[in-house]
Amino acid sequence: MKLVYFAWVRERIGMAEETVEPPRNVETVQDLLGWLRTRGDAYDFALGESATIRVALDHDHADHDASLAGVREVALFPPMTGG
Amino acid sequence: MANVRVAIIAEPLDITTEIERVTAGRGDIGAVVTFTGLCRDEDGRLEALELEHYPGMAENEVRRIAEQAAGRWEISDITVLHRHGKVRPGETIVLVVTASKHRHAAFESAEFVMDFLKTHAPFWKKEHTAAGAVSWVSARQSDDDAEERWNTPD
Repeated sequence: MKLVYFAWVRERIGMAEETVEPPRNVETVQDLLGWLRTRGDAYDFALGESATIRVALDHDHADHDASLAGVREVALFPPMTGG
Repeated sequence: MANVRVAIIAEPLDITTEIERVTAGRGDIGAVVTFTGLCRDEDGRLEALELEHYPGMAENEVRRIAEQAAGRWEISDITVLHRHGKVRPGETIVLVVTASKHRHAAFESAEFVMDFLKTHAPFWKKEHTAAGAVSWVSARQSDDDAEERWNTPD
């Protein structure tokens, strides 16, 4: 599974993207955020206020309870500020 | 269905060109509405805005919003252009052009596009101040509220 990060999430984690193989019990976005936070202080700092984190699954906006089954690319980012 | 033109670009935007593109050789358009979003200098404090986007998703999402507007109002053309990269005060960040037989459809569809763009299009703004400080712009609750009004029946 490819993870891509944007804006301050990218800066706090310290990279723009990576490929990961989460454990089998990671089934939803919420599970993924929880697992990522166990991977080190940078992840915990970036994803700690998890309610703030927005998610896109294969380029579509998704909620935190969405399933990751079959998903290839997960994007994690702060609320958008375009326009 | 309306002609939909969407682009995410690094170059400055030219509103005149975009209006001409929509109206050239046509006699059936009665109204063109344009919205231009500009980078402000915040009383001289700001040197530039840096716009980050999610390549691939940003274009899809802007197109989806433009197509939703085209499905909801009787418009013949809709153009949505959004900058990425560094934008200086006075330069255009976003340009929306809608064309229709009648003005209400053109006005409302342009407003709808802007309200959804603010909350759904994957762009993030970073401020570069004249003093050399750098910080991310926070999302505003008022933008969510602006979007919400379109979810209630007309």
